[in-house]
Amino acid sequence: MSRIFTINMSRLELLSPEGLRIDGRRANELRKLTAKTGVLSQADGSAYIEQGNTKCLAAVYGPREVRHKMNMLHDRAIINVEFNMAPFSTAERKKRSKNDKQVSKSVLGIITFEPVIKTTLYPRSQIDIYLQILQHDGGDLQACINAATLALIDAGLPMIDYVCACTAGSIDKEPIVDLNHVEESSDSPELTVAILPKTGKVNLLQMESRLHVDNFESVANLASEGCENIYQILDQVIRDRTKGLLKQMKQ
Amino acid sequence: MLRSKAFLTQKKNGKVVKVVKEHYLRDDIWCAAEGCIICGHTEKVLSASPQANTLLDGKPHYIVPDTNIDLMEHSAFKDVIVLQTVLEELRHLSLPIHTRLRKVIADIDRRFYVFSNEHHRETYIDKLKDESPNDRNDRARTEILLRIDFNGLMASFQHSNSGSHELPDRPAVAVVMISDDANNRAKAKEAKIQAFSVKEYVGTMVNYPELMDMVAEGGSSMDVDHKFTYEEVIRAFAYFLCNRLFRIYILLTLCTSHTHSWIKHLTPSQIAAGIKAGNLSQGKLNISMHNHLEVGYISYILLLCLYWIFAAEIKESMCGTIIGLVDGTEKQIYIIGRAHLNRAVQDDVVAVQILPKSEWRRSPSVAIVEEEEESVVEEDAKKREVDAGGIIATAGPTSMETDDLNDTDPPQPTGRVVGFVRRNWRPYVLYSCCLILFWLIFEIVLVIDGSFIYAEFRYCGYIDKSSIKTMLGSTVSQNVLFCAMDHRVPKISIRTRQAHILQDQRIVVVIDSWPKMSRHAIGHFVKALGPAGDKDTEMEVLLLEHDVPYQEFAPQVLKDLPAEGDQWTVKPEHLEGRADLRDLNICSIDPPACTDIDDALHVKLLPNGNYEVGVHIADVSYFVKPDTPMDIEAAHRGTTVYLVDKRIDMLPSLLGTTCSYCAIILCASDDTTQCLLLIKKPYSVTHNLYPSLLDLCSLRSNVDRLAFSCLWEMSKNAEIVNVDFKKSVIRSRHSFTYEEAQNRMDDMYILRHQRMERGGLTLASPEVRFKLENDSQDPVDVEMKELKETNALVEEFMLLANVSVAEKIYSKFPDSSMLRRHAAPPDSNFEALEKAISPLGLALKCGTSKALSDSLDMAILPHDPYFNKLLRIMATRCMMQAVYFCSGTLAFQDFRHYGLATDIYTHFTSPIRRYPDIVVHRLLAVCINPSERYGPELTDKIKMKELCDVLNHRHRMAQQAARSSVELYTNIFFKNKVEQEEGHVVRILKNGFIVLVRKYGIEGIVYASSTKGKPTSPGNSALIYNPKTNSLDSPATGVSIRLFDQVVVQITVDEDLEGGMRQKLKMFLVEPVVDKLSVLPLNKDLDASIDTRGKNVAADEDDAIRKGQRGTKKIRVA
Repeated sequence: MSRIFTINMSRLELLSPEGLRIDGRRANELRKLTAKTGVLSQADGSAYIEQGNTKCLAAVYGPREVRHKMNMLHDRAIINVEFNMAPFSTAERKKRSKNDKQVSKSVLGIITFEPVIKTTLYPRSQIDIYLQILQHDGGDLQACINAATLALIDAGLPMIDYVCACTAGSIDKEPIVDLNHVEESSDSPELTVAILPKTGKVNLLQMESRLHVDNFESVANLASEGCENIYQILDQVIRDRTKGLLKQMKQ
Repeated sequence: MLRSKAFLTQKKNGKVVKVVKEHYLRDDIWCAAEGCIICGHTEKVLSASPQANTLLDGKPHYIVPDTNIDLMEHSAFKDVIVLQTVLEELRHLSLPIHTRLRKVIADIDRRFYVFSNEHHRETYIDKLKDESPNDRNDRARTEILLRIDFNGLMASFQHSNSGSHELPDRPAVAVVMISDDANNRAKAKEAKIQAFSVKEYVGTMVNYPELMDMVAEGGSSMDVDHKFTYEEVIRAFAYFLCNRLFRIYILLTLCTSHTHSWIKHLTPSQIAAGIKAGNLSQGKLNISMHNHLEVGYISYILLLCLYWIFAAEIKESMCGTIIGLVDGTEKQIYIIGRAHLNRAVQDDVVAVQILPKSEWRRSPSVAIVEEEEESVVEEDAKKREVDAGGIIATAGPTSMETDDLNDTDPPQPTGRVVGFVRRNWRPYVLYSCCLILFWLIFEIVLVIDGSFIYAEFRYCGYIDKSSIKTMLGSTVSQNVLFCAMDHRVPKISIRTRQAHILQDQRIVVVIDSWPKMSRHAIGHFVKALGPAGDKDTEMEVLLLEHDVPYQEFAPQVLKDLPAEGDQWTVKPEHLEGRADLRDLNICSIDPPACTDIDDALHVKLLPNGNYEVGVHIADVSYFVKPDTPMDIEAAHRGTTVYLVDKRIDMLPSLLGTTCSYCAIILCASDDTTQCLLLIKKPYSVTHNLYPSLLDLCSLRSNVDRLAFSCLWEMSKNAEIVNVDFKKSVIRSRHSFTYEEAQNRMDDMYILRHQRMERGGLTLASPEVRFKLENDSQDPVDVEMKELKETNALVEEFMLLANVSVAEKIYSKFPDSSMLRRHAAPPDSNFEALEKAISPLGLALKCGTSKALSDSLDMAILPHDPYFNKLLRIMATRCMMQAVYFCSGTLAFQDFRHYGLATDIYTHFTSPIRRYPDIVVHRLLAVCINPSERYGPELTDKIKMKELCDVLNHRHRMAQQAARSSVELYTNIFFKNKVEQEEGHVVRILKNGFIVLVRKYGIEGIVYASSTKGKPTSPGNSALIYNPKTNSLDSPATGVSIRLFDQVVVQITVDEDLEGGMRQKLKMFLVEPVVDKLSVLPLNKDLDASIDTRGKNVAADEDDAIRKGQRGTKKIRVA
């Protein structure tokens, strides 16, 4: 008698009628976020971030001499982003060559950070941001952007604001925030939003799947709400770190 | 809020991979009980003072079940806490049952609360470390027992409901656990929580005695892990010694009569390995409709002790087939006999071991009778397959051919069932017998894990009276045998106290298990439908048998109707995005007294000399939005089902205004007075509060309605210049009946002519209508439906609209359009027919539909005016079934609709009664308005394909149900009656022939061998089959019976079958007179009058056919 419902057969119940997601979160809850700056002594600035099981390491070098002179800009610094996923970052070990996806993520990184860093202060130089996903569980772009922000601040580069990123999607037209890998690999759309929290300006808005425009607003709002929350956490990390440094200096 | 982490590992198939997932455990999952002051919940699901329906010390309590959803659906259960673990387990076991439980949970009045214990900090527990996952299925079952932390859960409930937080004005609420697992109960008792088995608990609910029968028998017979103490074993042994003789007697009886040792099934992992290695074949079991096990049973009783003879006796009695791989090629594998079937039931997915070639079926001479019998039944099945509407029909390979080719055919592979990939009726049964092997030998009980007996499949049938052993009026619990209406389902043993009450009733039963030592499957009673033979009961049986959802619409569904109710009107805001076509002269053409008018037409002369023709379809998709309860329900129902005396609607409607179900019976009738008489009996009065969606959608005259319009610009020669689709608001000027519209046909002839040129088929199938008595609704007469030249105008434009829409949606959604196709029938389907008509100097060409159509038109016998119709009926049966499909799943050349001779086709024009039309409306809406909102349901190819499968199933079932209801009425009509009628031979079998009686449109078999209609061996047959001419010859009188011959038969209903629980139409030959076979004619005068009347009818019908008319509109469900 209930044949029609077999359509959803063997699909996971991503959002139960009780309002809980598969990992126990509610629709509007972020995963646990922990971050740390100054983790690499060799780099000028570095940060490590964990958003749930997604773990990302960011290292910032520069401003330094431009490697390929032909790229040099005489009025500002150039920004170079390299995104990489560790072969051990997913459940199945995979050697990843530099593919389109990685390149596009690197380009997205450049687009995101160019307007935020005051590059005009460093003409004829280069700023390198290296991003490494150590463990992947969904939302690697948001983790990278958040980690890069922390690393850039750690490097002491002048910026106009933080850049905080967060993903959102929708399951059965119910918007959800901060998708993990299971949710990401379902047919839910995934929207990544990066904002400048002080002004609320949207810095990046990226989506590669179909989402009806009527649903879009609620999803985008939830994502920017998530960005605000992430900003609070990142800001706290920076403040704690700075306080620690101050303490060290006083001693 | 606390967030802690837990790591779970999971294995993917193939590679072993470690997957790490997060798990956030919460402490904001509340108890949801009313009056609780500790938890922070706002939503109060559970009542503060739950009703106690039991005698259990009268205390109010909440129920925590871990079993038996059948019971939980009963309204006696309220205030139930469903554990998430239970729910998830259920989801894995059976999604339909999970969905049913979810429905109950969604019902606010039932007060079911889902406690997400897996996400609760205090109730979550880690899986044990030393738990070795050796068998996944085993583990899945036991997991729940390990993972519920009763202490934690119950503590969290009790602290909030009693103890320290007890409110002064109400008593403490206890929590009662219901489980069939002794371990669980023991654990609960340790934690000082009341725990009962289902049987114990239900036994105390004195007000609901019917619940007791619904308890699964397997579960309550004995607990799984019942530990036998030394004492118990000794006592049992002593008991055995004392009653030794008696026991041996019992043992003997059981072994021979009720106990039957089956071959043990393989475990799932063995099956998987076997299939991979190619030793086993896998396929869905299809048991042939034929089963004369009763014969075998009687002869067996005579041979009581000789068990093996019995086995041999029944060996050939039941036959199933699967399509599986044999030596790398896909073949039909026969599984012959119950021993080889090994407890498999219809539609199980089984693993089959191929028998050695020496045992392959070689059509032994002794099996001929059986095979013929089988083909008779297959014919019955096929008869049911034939489309009522006349365009489309099915035909599998006919067994007639296999009969003919017996000598040349290679042996058919045979096999035996060794295990199950998926059981149709319940999840795989777990045996845990080693522990109690000792016990088993003496008590003959097989212990099954009873905790998760979730039956998915329900069978309708009746209790075998001979199995009732107690005195009349006894209410002692006893085992009785249940026979399903479907012959293919084996007998099921059920235990009931109400045997005598139920013996004349139709009941519903589910299978719980089929233990190795039991001859019959073991099941339990679910509900009684009513007395057998009663029209309403039989109708319900029919609906259940055909899987037609016929329940009334749930309140949630009705809530989706517009709040204004009947007062709903088109308002200015509806005009946004819609063309205002209210000034056009639109009219509808429908049969008289039809209320669900879903199409209307208009024609306008354009300034350039062309015509604008518009088809306007009710815009149902405006009211049925995707993913609303109403949409889900409509998709579930798939189609409106038309039965003889009622209609099962796809969308909610109410009878308040006018009756519409007479449409099916009298749509072809001009006798409107009779039609009105039928309206007297309302079949639904409960929906009066809600408006009828039909009313809102129906394009009634002089009312503004929302429509979906398809507009063509046509030249005078009916060539399409331009086509346009619009959402619109229309106002029908007039509702014409067919007769009124007759004069206005113009373009239709050209269109029809064009289509006929392309090769559109005019086919036929016998359609009957009943004249019903006013009050009792009993049929007083039955006759063939007369075809009238009525609706061709509407028909042609609707076809055109469907084709235009199909092209449009396919251009925009090449991968996910819902289309309809009708495959060309393979030539082999026509072979038998061609062979039969070639002696008459006629030929059938079936290469293209055009050729077939022409050759059918040519096939006219001057002396037999009915012949052409007969031939069309038989050609229809050779056709394939038209099906819905998703455009992304097939190549374009396969889209063709053979019957209508179009390259692409879909259903667009009847959204009120067909769900595919609603989907097509949505697709088209997106095509014409890019900003229209739509979800992934329209673009997901796989979902669309699945939906098509479901709709095809529903569609087929609806057709079969309609046909069965006609059959039911035919039986009621012929009850206590003997009629003599003229008929035609439509099929020759080796031991009989099938006669189609034109007047009633019914078919029946006349056996060649005896006047009693019982098949006997071919030796003493009055008619002998001649394979060369495909005829039955009588050596005594020289009479020969061939295909298309006219015969006279007596028709009656055999009511004595199986104690009156089954009825079957019987036919006896009257003319031509054959020795030992023919019966005496009833009355010569009557005979003569019938004869002349029959001829007149035939002439009328033939006229109608020549005019190129097809069946009437409403009955055409194709």
